[in-house]
Amino acid sequence: MNYMLNEDILAIKEICAEIGEKYIIPVRAELDEHNRFPTEIMKIIARSDLFTIYIPEEYGGTGMGAISLVVATEELSRFCGGVAVSYAANALGAMPIILMGSEEQKKKYLPQLASGEKLCAFALTESEAGSDAGGIKTRAIKDGDHYVLNGTKQWITNGGEAQIYTVIALTDPERGPRGASAFIVEEGTPGFSYGKKEDKMGIRASATRELVFEDCRVPAENLIAREGMGFMVAMRTLDNSRPGVAAQAVGIAQGALEEALKYASERKQFGVRIDSFQGLQFMLADMGTQIEAARALTYSVARMIDNGDKGFEKESAMAKVFASDVAMRVTTDAVQILGGYGYMREYPVEKMMRDAKITQIYEGTNQIQRSVIARAMIKEAHRK
Amino acid sequence: MKFVVAIKQVPDTAEVRIDPERGTLIRDGVPSIMNPFDTYALEEAMKWRDDLGGTVTVITMGPPQAESVLREAVSMGADDAVLISDRAFAGADTWATSHTIAAAVKKIGGVDAVFFGKQAIDGDTAQTGPSVAASLDWPQITFVGRVRTLDVKSIIAERYVETGVQVVQADLPVVLTILKDANVPRVPSLRGKMKSRKAEIPVWGLSDLGLSPDETGLNGSPTKVVVTSTPEARTGGAIHTGTADELACKLADLLLGEGGDA
Amino acid sequence: MHKMSGYLEIRENCTGCGICVRTCPVGALSVNSKRKAEVSEDCTLCSICVDSCPFKSLAVHHSFGGNKEELEKYSGILVLCEMRNHSPDRSAYELLGEARKLSAGSKEVTALIITDDASDAAEKLIRAGADRVVTAVHRNLEHFSTEPWNTILTHVIRTDKPEIVLAAATTTGRDVMPRVSKSLDTGLTADCTELHIDPKNGMLMQTRPAFGGNIMATIVCDRTRPQMSTVRPGVMKPLEPDCSRTGRIVELQITDSMVAGRSRVLEFIPSQGDEVDITEAETVISGGRGMKDPANFHMLHELAHLLGATVGASRAAVDNGWIEYPRQVGQTGKTVQPKIYLAVGISGAVQHRVGMQSSDVIYAVNKDPDAGIFQFCSHGFVGDLFEIIPALIKEIKKRRG
Repeated sequence: MNYMLNEDILAIKEICAEIGEKYIIPVRAELDEHNRFPTEIMKIIARSDLFTIYIPEEYGGTGMGAISLVVATEELSRFCGGVAVSYAANALGAMPIILMGSEEQKKKYLPQLASGEKLCAFALTESEAGSDAGGIKTRAIKDGDHYVLNGTKQWITNGGEAQIYTVIALTDPERGPRGASAFIVEEGTPGFSYGKKEDKMGIRASATRELVFEDCRVPAENLIAREGMGFMVAMRTLDNSRPGVAAQAVGIAQGALEEALKYASERKQFGVRIDSFQGLQFMLADMGTQIEAARALTYSVARMIDNGDKGFEKESAMAKVFASDVAMRVTTDAVQILGGYGYMREYPVEKMMRDAKITQIYEGTNQIQRSVIARAMIKEAHRK
Repeated sequence: MKFVVAIKQVPDTAEVRIDPERGTLIRDGVPSIMNPFDTYALEEAMKWRDDLGGTVTVITMGPPQAESVLREAVSMGADDAVLISDRAFAGADTWATSHTIAAAVKKIGGVDAVFFGKQAIDGDTAQTGPSVAASLDWPQITFVGRVRTLDVKSIIAERYVETGVQVVQADLPVVLTILKDANVPRVPSLRGKMKSRKAEIPVWGLSDLGLSPDETGLNGSPTKVVVTSTPEARTGGAIHTGTADELACKLADLLLGEGGDA
Repeated sequence: MHKMSGYLEIRENCTGCGICVRTCPVGALSVNSKRKAEVSEDCTLCSICVDSCPFKSLAVHHSFGGNKEELEKYSGILVLCEMRNHSPDRSAYELLGEARKLSAGSKEVTALIITDDASDAAEKLIRAGADRVVTAVHRNLEHFSTEPWNTILTHVIRTDKPEIVLAAATTTGRDVMPRVSKSLDTGLTADCTELHIDPKNGMLMQTRPAFGGNIMATIVCDRTRPQMSTVRPGVMKPLEPDCSRTGRIVELQITDSMVAGRSRVLEFIPSQGDEVDITEAETVISGGRGMKDPANFHMLHELAHLLGATVGASRAAVDNGWIEYPRQVGQTGKTVQPKIYLAVGISGAVQHRVGMQSSDVIYAVNKDPDAGIFQFCSHGFVGDLFEIIPALIKEIKKRRG
């Protein structure tokens, strides 16, 4: 389908496709098997300027907009969801600084992130605070010109591989929604260490770790915006990056569809190609249509963001919930189409099915997304 | 350091097909690409530029549409490009081509090294590099599988020959032909692609290079092609089908020279 | 401009079918309103269209030039002979065999060796067909180096004035010959697979593959001398060594300045001793993409062991890292011409074909009945190699008892 992407966005897509063909395909099975972070591929992604696209030009970026991040994430996901999220999580980690950081903070951190010299990560989730982000317990107590952080963050993407972390911690537990603040914490700060690396069902190339803060002293100038703005920073960050998760789901689904089409055109049973059987044709048609619809929805949300639209919470939730459900259905169908071979690790689709699952869970579970959508719709209806 | 990389736009010969009825080459619809060997030459030049500082200029001798491979090279990281094009250059064999390219290198001036890919996949001669070296009267190192060191004065490179590896040192300026073993060509960058779209690429013709028509193109070529044909089709013989055991038996007959028409 | 060199004739029987328009690489052909082909000034006389015309309506007429008097000063065939371990390389014998054939008994064939120790190479070369051997010996000539070889070869050509110079299309030949031909302002044809003298005009007709092996081009060097060619190793036939042959040996005086240059060989690292040379084998068994896994090559090794054969590979297998590059057969690998070539799981794309099509017989095993290799093999076997090869091994063992 023609999404009227301009030359620069198409250039980004081509570059991601080339990286995928040359560098991701040869190693994706091995990264998956050994739970290994794609360090080399991150360097190649950096060298192709892909970390610049979500960072404004004045800070060393190329500022290509939300649509560029969505296209890049989707294209990389076509080859491996784990590698793609390792890339996209940098956008997530940088977003608090981009959206609400001070001039000094932007000048200090964004150029290093744009060049890929440093990787970053966003840390909100804790063991007792998943969907209920308000339940975080990590404390940040002011002490002179520092804040002292204590607590543990869980399941942080790029944890242990990134050098710069944007962390949400409670500065005032009594103040509820105004009780948290956002901080920039650099690797190597005394009191900041990494916990265990998780052994996941899918996106295994992506490093998921605990972040442990034990009397970790963070300079006060690393506070983003003001005390009490933490949940606001988190919400705005997640709103802006949610289309990225949708894009990841679309990409994974696309990759699975391509494998299914290729296999079905080569495999012969009963003397004919299996793609001549109507049963499979109907499956393929539904897979293709759903992916296109998910893509169209995702791109539309990206364009809304780039257009400066104020309210896109409902739409971005819709894109995420729809695309991730599509990804789960399509990858499952892809395994089905490949039959016995689909179940074998030698073929890439079972990994895609395992990779797809997380898109229904992280950055707001699909149940939360549905609540968000319903509440927004009801509010709109009530207003009329 | 000032590096020049000579590249060529070629038809993708891997995609060329033979018309089965007439046995002739089907050329239309075959995409034009940068000669694959040249991407390694380009990467090697850029690698050393990144290390030592300087510029990489890509040049190509070809018709106006060859400009697209120059832009592709810029998107991969070349600093600038020149298109060497003139009707007078058409039909050149390697003598005339190298004569013309050498003139362009002289016009650029101050060049430390000229990089070539091992061979072009259409002509397949691998002659242009050494012939340019002769025209410039520079030392040359061919079949370079690895450049060990490079500085303003000299280069140490490994030549991969049939019996092993020759480690050769040469004074600069030098002409190099690079093998695929030397490196892994980088992926284009976003900024590179944006730059290549806007890049101004000068075109140098006969008078720009100070050459005369009898030393370029068809007229300047000591060799001429007199016949072109598709290779003698070796026709197929017997095709056997059957169970694996039956086929194995028949094949064993043939291999051991027993029975039938071995 | 191009008219000086010749023109493309379009005969009366042209039907305007337009096939030539599509094959012309420079777009010089078109069909006019009278339904006849027309050629523009862009024509480079490459002759590709001639072969494509189903009605034989096209012909390229070259005006062969050159100053006859000047050209007649050149005579004889000079063969640049490479050495390996102070003995002539196999390619040298192939070139001498070819040179003898071209000489037809009337041209003197001279072999040139450039080395630090001629040993008894000259005698061997005479037995292999040289009428005369020029030896260039100097202690600094142990390894091939461009400038000394360029100086010596150019000197010998200027002195002897041969009409033809042949060298092997090896890393050595392809390094020095283009340099020499450019400085002598004469033509060089690369990687020839067939040579003959045109009886009409005495010119050397040099045929070679181009376009990745998709076409064969025949090339002449009409106006200048010598006519220089590098010849693909493993294609030409050496003569049977003839001990009764005699010849002259000329020792060149090689001065220090002749071997000087701006490059030097610092060291030479020979390939591993156990490296196989598939070009020497009488039977080659090659595996391709169909082998699916490096581990599966062990059955080809077992089969090769039983048959005294050598294992080769297609580019796909080497690119996938299943087997080492010295075993690669094809356009970017080696050319082999064994008695028997068995292609297992190889589709037969032209890039592979050019490396093995001169084999005496070709057998192919492939599960795809449409695989290109079945178009040119002597016997094709359509089936699953993972069943056929083990069955074949079992059968051979059974017969051997």
